[in-house]
Order: sequence, then structure tokens, then C-alpha cells
Amino acid sequence: MADILDDRKKQVSMGGANEPTIDCNKASLAGSVSQRACVFCGSRVVLYPIVDALHIIHGPIGCAAYTWDIRGSLSSGPELHRLSYCTDLQERDVIFGGEPKLYKSIIELIELHNPKAAFIYTTCIVGVIGDDVEQICRTVQKEKGIPIIPVQAPGFQGSKKDGYKVACEAIFTLVGTKSKPYTPPKSINILGDFNLAGELWILLEYYKKMGVHVNATITGDGRVDDICNAHNAALNVVQCSGSMNYLAKMMKDKYNIPSMRVSYFGIEDMSDALYDVARYFKDDDMMEKARQLVKEEFTKLMPALAWYKERLTGKKAAIYVGGSFKAISLIKALRLIGVETVIVGSQTGTTEDYELIKQLCNEGTIIVDDSNPVELAHFVKEKNADIFIGGVKERPIAHKIGLGFCDHNHERKEPLAGYEGMINFAKEIYATAMSPVWKFTKQVDK
Amino acid sequence: MAGTSSFSEGSSVFGGSANLVTAIDNMFSIYKPEVIAVHTTCLSETIGDDLVQIVSKAQDDGCIPEGKHVIHCSTPSYVGSHVTGYANQVTAFVKSFSKATPKKRNVINLIAGWMEPSDMAEIKRLTKVMEARTIMFPDMTGVLDAPLDGHYKMYPKGGTTVADLILTGDSKYTIGLGQYSTEDACIKLENKCKVKFEVMDIPIGFKATDRFLMSMSRAANLPIPETLSDERGKLIDLIADNAKYLYGKRVALFGDPDTLIPLTEFLVSIDMKPVYIVTGTPGKYFDERMTEILKDIPEAKFKSGEMADMFQLHQWIKQEGVDLLIGNTYGKYIARDEDLPFVRFGFPIADRPGHNYFAKTGYDGAANLTKQILDVFLDHFDRTCPEEKVEFQL
Repeated sequence: MADILDDRKKQVSMGGANEPTIDCNKASLAGSVSQRACVFCGSRVVLYPIVDALHIIHGPIGCAAYTWDIRGSLSSGPELHRLSYCTDLQERDVIFGGEPKLYKSIIELIELHNPKAAFIYTTCIVGVIGDDVEQICRTVQKEKGIPIIPVQAPGFQGSKKDGYKVACEAIFTLVGTKSKPYTPPKSINILGDFNLAGELWILLEYYKKMGVHVNATITGDGRVDDICNAHNAALNVVQCSGSMNYLAKMMKDKYNIPSMRVSYFGIEDMSDALYDVARYFKDDDMMEKARQLVKEEFTKLMPALAWYKERLTGKKAAIYVGGSFKAISLIKALRLIGVETVIVGSQTGTTEDYELIKQLCNEGTIIVDDSNPVELAHFVKEKNADIFIGGVKERPIAHKIGLGFCDHNHERKEPLAGYEGMINFAKEIYATAMSPVWKFTKQVDK
Repeated sequence: MAGTSSFSEGSSVFGGSANLVTAIDNMFSIYKPEVIAVHTTCLSETIGDDLVQIVSKAQDDGCIPEGKHVIHCSTPSYVGSHVTGYANQVTAFVKSFSKATPKKRNVINLIAGWMEPSDMAEIKRLTKVMEARTIMFPDMTGVLDAPLDGHYKMYPKGGTTVADLILTGDSKYTIGLGQYSTEDACIKLENKCKVKFEVMDIPIGFKATDRFLMSMSRAANLPIPETLSDERGKLIDLIADNAKYLYGKRVALFGDPDTLIPLTEFLVSIDMKPVYIVTGTPGKYFDERMTEILKDIPEAKFKSGEMADMFQLHQWIKQEGVDLLIGNTYGKYIARDEDLPFVRFGFPIADRPGHNYFAKTGYDGAANLTKQILDVFLDHFDRTCPEEKVEFQL
């Protein structure tokens, strides 16, 4: 494989049980056009969907402007989270300190909006000039009586994953601070679903049919009061483990709440997500309801999927997503509609997940960690992929090469989770891979 | 393609020199560009990284191959606005490349302010019709509006070449399009290479396009061809035909000063009423020009700088309504709230396609803009008018 920076050679490997495991969890190499984002961005996207809290970014306008409405996290209630508030630090604030400005901003916004809590994010510059954000938060909290939570996430302090950790810590300060008068015994918290395109609402329907009470949703369609009550649930069901594992661990250590990893993509994993919860509660009635639900959905789904499978069999997919756990589900979901995965990678994957991927994939599948456009473009050509599944940064690469593209990242507009999501997924893959427009790009030499 | 020197906590404390040198080395070896343009962030500026010194070190360490260039500029996020950053980078081109030789050339430099690649393409087309020789920089045509042909090109074939950037020092005249984005670069070029300049508005609308063509004609000593007069005539025809839909319509605008100024002037010239105009970029020039352009519209309000924001604009609209909103995607909620016809213009436009392919500069561009304005008016009318008023002929 040509064109890979020497320092990155260990982060590219092949599928198949006998291959060495990939190197991962490293800082991005300077000069490599990584697809990752910074610590601040990591924390921002995790906390973003908490809809009745204020989100104030202490820093120059750039960080706030670029994260304005960055996730398609839908809300069933307040839309306070859609406003990207910022203290808009100017040169004089950088020189003389931005603390007075921060204090005034928080007070003004609380008086205007009456939120349940406020998250104050720090950015690179605040980390360097040394504003004491925690002190300001404590002062305002005393004055106003609502939680004011500092999110210490200057962009240089590691990678996106460290941002997730900071966000988990911020959420954890709320957990256990308020109890609702009654929490049903068979209740769960859903961690790591961000209600993109309304996916969480689909999942809530399923759990409701099963008879499981969903206590707090962290953070999709999130409410501060629900999060404060999270310690009263019996189980944490964790989807995006990359971002939420740390929170699940803290809740286990302090409140003894166990957690389980699930995935809501693809019908196998979706069904397991329901069965595992019923199994945990040792509730036969719940299990029966789950079986019934799965049966109903399968009956609706399979004939529709068969149509797509007929037409998509033999197509090859490249997957490059944020976390490796999702990649595993995608490989399985694609197999169901006849599509083979030839390239799979993630920005922030873990060793365990890559091991699983290695076992799952066919021999010769390229596995890559923290890739960049040159590598991706190269692999895709080498493997003759027909479709690319990734996030917004991968779309131009896919399109310019003449490949279909499916956005599976947080800008997606169609729900792709659950059974309903599986049909949408098949539909999107079909629509883009089979679009007649790609015929026009095939040159004489291809 | 945007890479980063990937700062960590260590670099923030000890300085980012090592990171940047590594980045430069890696980029040249793997991506093989001709030029690497470095710009700083608040972080690197505040910790005091000296780019001149770091680039010089990279040179000494042999990280910069023969004949390749590393240019740099200062763009901390807390100074000015995005327009300031643009201006700084354009000036950096002049500082790093422009060279004067004794041999002067019959070429005009066109320094393009912040506009779409389609806008730049139109301006280049106009000068080509005039048969004038120009060097445009920055030139995003062929880069940000490149075709899809099944090949992923890291460096599409458009843009200004390094050779041309160096030759800008030998041109006989410079026209800067957009005061905020290009004046600095023009002044720098005159000081460095003695190339005289004038700064004018981005050619949006009749008057600004007329002025641009006349300046080009004067500087290049070439007549304005009849085909351009024909284009002008078509625009006039379009407007005359639809004057009654444009007359007196109240418009709210927001965006960057270099585009807002000629746009406002255009709207006034077609008998519309720009009544609320805001821009977040600070600067006195905007206020001076607006006062002049809006002198016959006493009820017009405009504001620039830190306190001029969308909430202010929305407040004004709520006090007394408007018929049209023109601005970037961020105006979406105002348009939705007030049920306003909304034309996307400026940066960023994230929710409508085509802005990088269809220009708003030149006569053709003004016609495109007028058509968009009329389309949103008439769509709105068709959708909301009482049943008895719906008809074929409008």
C-alpha cells in the first residue's frame, strides 16, 4: 500500500483472523489531514442535545459559530440547545481576562431564559489565559440556585475522546442530585443515543411496548431533571460506548448501576438490544412482549429488505465512521442486504472493537484507524468500492471519485436505527449506489 | 485540503515549533503540494509562536524541498471577524510572492474580495471578453467549483499559479475588489513593487459593474465591447419588465460589508427599499458608504460591529415588517418566523445548492439575483394570496 506516512503504517491492517491487530488510540500525526475533531468539539457534541440547559461557550466566536446546530438532535420540547451562546472574546479580553464578561453573560442569559442548568465550555484560549471558569460557575450557582457546570475542554488537551470524558464528568455532576417522587423498578437509562433524526423516539416506542420504563435519556432529547434522577434506574443501556463508557463506569462505581453495550443498527443487534434488557430483568412477560415485537417488525421488514437485497447483492462498501462499535453493526447490516464490506475504519476505535472487526471481516478487507483523505481515496480505488458510508467529511471524497455516499453521521436526516431505520438504510444505500448519475462519470479508460 | 499541526497540551506549554516543523515535513512528503499556507489560531498566537522563525527552522532542517514554498499569516480568532482573516491571508500572498523586476507587463492584477467561485468566474469572463490580461488572486475558480469526473484530485487544475503570484509585482495596475478584504494587500503591493492601485466595490449590480468595467477599460486601455453593453441591456430589460414587483419593497439584509455595500446600492437603484442592514464586521467605511447610499431613504437603519447581530435585525423587523430578507443560511429562522421571502446570499449558505456555480456579480449575476428575488416574491404570492387572485398571467 503506497502513500501512507511511515508513522501511520501500524494503523492500517487487513481483515482475517490471522492478521496482527491494528494500532489505535494515538494522537493524530501532525500534517496528516485527519478526519477527527478537537476536545472541545468532543464535549460539545455529547452535551449538545440536553435541551433545557443553556450552553455557553467561553471563547472567541469561531468555536461557537462552527458548532452552531452541529447535530441533528431533535427535541420534543424546549429548543434552548439550538442556540450557540458565546462570550465572543476580543483581543482586550484575552489580554485583561474574560472573567467579568463571562459572569455578565451567564447572568444575562439565565434571566432571559430561565434554564434548568447551564454548561460553560472552555476553549483553547481560555485554557491558555487561565480564566478561572470554575470560580465563576460556583459564584453564579450560589446566586441563581441552578447547577452551573464548567466543561473544561480546551481543544489542545488531547483528542475528541478526551472531550467525551470531560462531558461525562459534567453529566455526572448532575446525576444523583435530585430524585423524582417515584421511579418504576424496571427502568433503564439510555446512554449514548443523541436522538438524531428522531431515532430515540423510535427506540422509546419499542421499549414502551415491552413494558420497560425509560428513565433518563443521555443525552438525546435530554432533560436536566431526568439526568438528575438517573441514579434511580436499574440498568444503563449504552449505545455509543466510545462517548459514554466513562459515565457508565462512574455510575457503576458510585450507584452500583450495571451497564450493557447495545447497538440499535441492523436488525440482529436491535433485537439483541431488546432481548438483553428483558433477560436482565428476568421478566418472562417482558421477554414475550419483546419476542412479539420483533416478530411483528420482522414480518414487515423482511419482504421489503429482500427487494433491496436482490438488487444490491455483490456491491462493495467502504465504511469510515467515528467510533468502531457502529462499524461492527454496519458490517452486519450491510451483509443482510447483500453488500460486502471491503474497507472499514474509524476515527477513534478501540483495540477490542478492532479485534472483533478483524474476526468479522473477510480476508483482505482493509482496516484503518484515524485515516485521512489521501488514504481513503486510495483504498477505495484499490478495492473498487461502490458505496461509501461515513460522515460529512467523507462525502466530497466519495462523490468526486464517483461513488454513492450514505451519511451515517450526526448530520443524518433520516432515522437509521431500529427496524424502521433498517428500511431507511437499505433505501438510502440503494438510492445512492444505484443512482444513474454515476454512469455518466465512468470514463472510457475505466 | 486542511491539515493541522495537531497541538497537544505539551505544545501549548513548550511552543508548537516542533509540531509545525513535523507537519510541514509530513505534508511535503506525502501530499506533495507546491505551497503550504500556514495560519495561526488563537492558541498559537497567544502562546507566542513566531512563525517567521519556525518556518526558517523548517527551511534549515531541510523540510522544505527546493522550489517549494511555505507562506503564513496571523489569524487569531479574537481579532476582527472572518473577513479580517481573509484580508490577512491575501496580504500574505503579496508579502511572500510578489516581486518586481525592471520589465513591466501589460497586465492588471485583480485582487478578489470574499465572494463565491462563481462570482470570480464571472469577473474573469468579463475581463476576457474585453481581451484584457489579468492575474486574479485569490482565485477559487476550478477549485471550489470543480467538476465531478470520477477522479479524486487533491489539487484541481484551477487557482492562481505561484508563477503568476510572483509576476503580480510587474503588473501595471491593481484593482482591489472589496475594501475590507483587499485594501491591505493593495497597499502592500504598491509599497513593495510600486504597482498603483484602486480599491472598489465587488461588481454587484449596475453601478458597481459599470464602475468596474470603466476602471478596467482605463487601466488596460481597452474599449468596453458591445457584447457587454448587450448584457447590461438585458439586465435593464428584466428589471423594467418587473419594476412593479420591485418598487418600494422593504428589504432586510445582513452579511459581510464588501458584499452588502454594492448589494444595497443595487437594490436602491432598482427602486427597492433596503431598510435594515447589519454586519458583524467592524469598520467605519461601511457606515460612511451606507449613509451615502441610503440618503434618500430616511427610515433606513444600519449597524456594524460587535453589537450588530441577528437579534437586532429581527427586533427591527418585528417593530416594522419587511417584504424580503437577503442573507446567509442563519437567517432561516427569521424568515420562517415572519413568513418572509428569503434569498440566500453570502457566507455560509448551507441549505441551498448552486451558489458556487451561479454568479451574483456582473450584469448576468445581477440578473440571476433579480430573478431569485422575483421568484421568491411571486412564489410567496401564489402560495398565500386569496383564492380569487390566483391567475396565470402575472
